[in-house]
Parts: sequence; structure tokens; C-alpha cells
Amino acid sequence: MTQTSYGPDDGTLDGNAIGGLLRELFGTEMTTASGTCATCGYTAQVAQALVYLDAPGAVMRCRACAAVLAVIVRRQATACVDLEGLAALDYPPPSS
Amino acid sequence: MSPVSRGFHGRHRARGVDPGRVPPGQYVTTDFPVLSAGPTPRTPLESWTFSIRQAGETAKSWSWQQIRELPSEAVTADIHCVTKWTKLDTSWQAVSLDVLLGQVQHQARYVRAFCDGGYTANLPLADVTGGRAWLAYGYDGAPLQPEHGGPARLLVPHLYFWKSAKWVRGLELLAADEPGFWERYGYHNYGDPWREQRYSGD
Ligand SMILES: [Zn+2]
Repeated sequence: MTQTSYGPDDGTLDGNAIGGLLRELFGTEMTTASGTCATCGYTAQVAQALVYLDAPGAVMRCRACAAVLAVIVRRQATACVDLEGLAALDYPPPSS
Repeated sequence: MSPVSRGFHGRHRARGVDPGRVPPGQYVTTDFPVLSAGPTPRTPLESWTFSIRQAGETAKSWSWQQIRELPSEAVTADIHCVTKWTKLDTSWQAVSLDVLLGQVQHQARYVRAFCDGGYTANLPLADVTGGRAWLAYGYDGAPLQPEHGGPARLLVPHLYFWKSAKWVRGLELLAADEPGFWERYGYHNYGDPWREQRYSGD
């Protein structure tokens, strides 16, 4: 089997880097939301996730196993949000 | 940012560049931006392989050494990233995918590249044969660096550069098209920069 290792890369961002984008999409503060990785079960605040923005979209990955948790692709007025890699995402209801 | 791309005519026309080489909506850069959707994988060359898979099985697999012993070509190509930069005259050392696919019996019409880190990209077979696609391991006279997809990446310069999958480990032969990573998230399934096929529906 292959013995691939990953990172840590210098300058990898965390969930705070997409705090503004998530607030816009979910209508509430999301960096303190709790997310559970569907791949390994690791649970952490969104702020703890690894975030990659130098890509065609924003990619959020699990800090424990590097699996993709969420991908957000923006195209003018619309955003494609995929949360398939999250088994759970617990966040407070939007403040009105 | 490169001053070359900020000429008198604006950034869409770098000085001395034939505008016919720059697809619509792109600007020319002289540096090589690093785009990554995940951590940089590091696989020791002793355990690195490149495989062609078919119907869930490995049809053919090469070690690093075996790949290096195949005939390679010096390829010069213009590359176009969907994030709007274009880089002209990039030079690569690479094995044609014709050489690799020619060693497997198949009737596939599509391929999907698979990579360390789980990244995938789908391509019609017609676009990775006929001398239009390579497995590249050298860039600018040196080994391809990990941040640019080394030890080896695909090079399919006639399509947007996300199709030129970094850290590639093989091709899956498919009878029917299956979307890859960015294609699943709203990017164009084919990705022709000259028709500005950035997003699904373009
Ligand atoms: Zn995980």
C-alpha cells in the first residue's frame, strides 16, 4: 500500500477565513458551530477546520483526517454549497 | 503581481503577447500561482505507482522507475486556469497518455483521473489521446515540485487547468462519463477555455 503523508503546509487557513462567507450564506455566525466529519467522526468547531481558498472554490477539510467537509462555489449571485462530508452540523438559529 | 500583465492596454493584454493566444476573460501572468484544494500529499517514489483501472480492477500499473523508462517528450504549452490566469510557453517533460493507454485493451469513452488526496477530474477519451495529454513529471528543466502536483500530474493544456490533475496516481477507464471533483460542484463538465466553459451551463 502507499505511504502517502499530508502537509502540514505553511499558511493553511482555518475556518475563520470563511467566517464572513458562511455568515452570508447561513445568516448566522458559523465559526462556532460544531461540525462532525462523516469520514472519521472527529467533531470540532468550524473555526478549527482546514480551509483552502486558492482553488476554484472554498474547500473546508477535517483537521484530523483531511477529508472534505464542505465545498462552496460562488458564481455571481448564486452559491453552490455542498456539505456532504459533514455527518452533523449544529449551529444556533439565525438571529433576526 | 507581475508588472508584465499591467501594460498600457490593461491587464488583458500583456506587452508583446499575441492576443490570439489568450482565451476570453483570461489575463497573462508570468508567475505560476499555486492552486490547491487540499494539503500537499507526499508519496515516497519507492511506493508511488501510476495505474489504469477498468471495471474496478487494475488493468496496468507502473512503478516510478518504469514510468521514467518510457519515452518522454519535451512539451511546450500555454496553460489556462479557470481562476483567470493564463501562462504562456510553459515547458514540461512528460509521457504521452497515448503511450500509457496504448498498453491496455479497452473500449472506454471516458476517463477519470484519480489522485493522492482524493481529487478527481473527468475527461473524454478523445481529449486524452491523439497527442493532446500527458503525464508530466518535469517542469522548467527540474523535477515537478509537490506544490505544482509533483511527482507527477496530468497535463491537458487545451482544457482549463483543473483538468490537469495534480498528484495524479492513475486513470479509471469508463464507458459513461462521471463527474470529477470540481465538476460535481458546479464547474463545467468539459472546460474549454476558448468557449469560456467555466461553470455548468456556460
Ligand atoms: Zn475526519
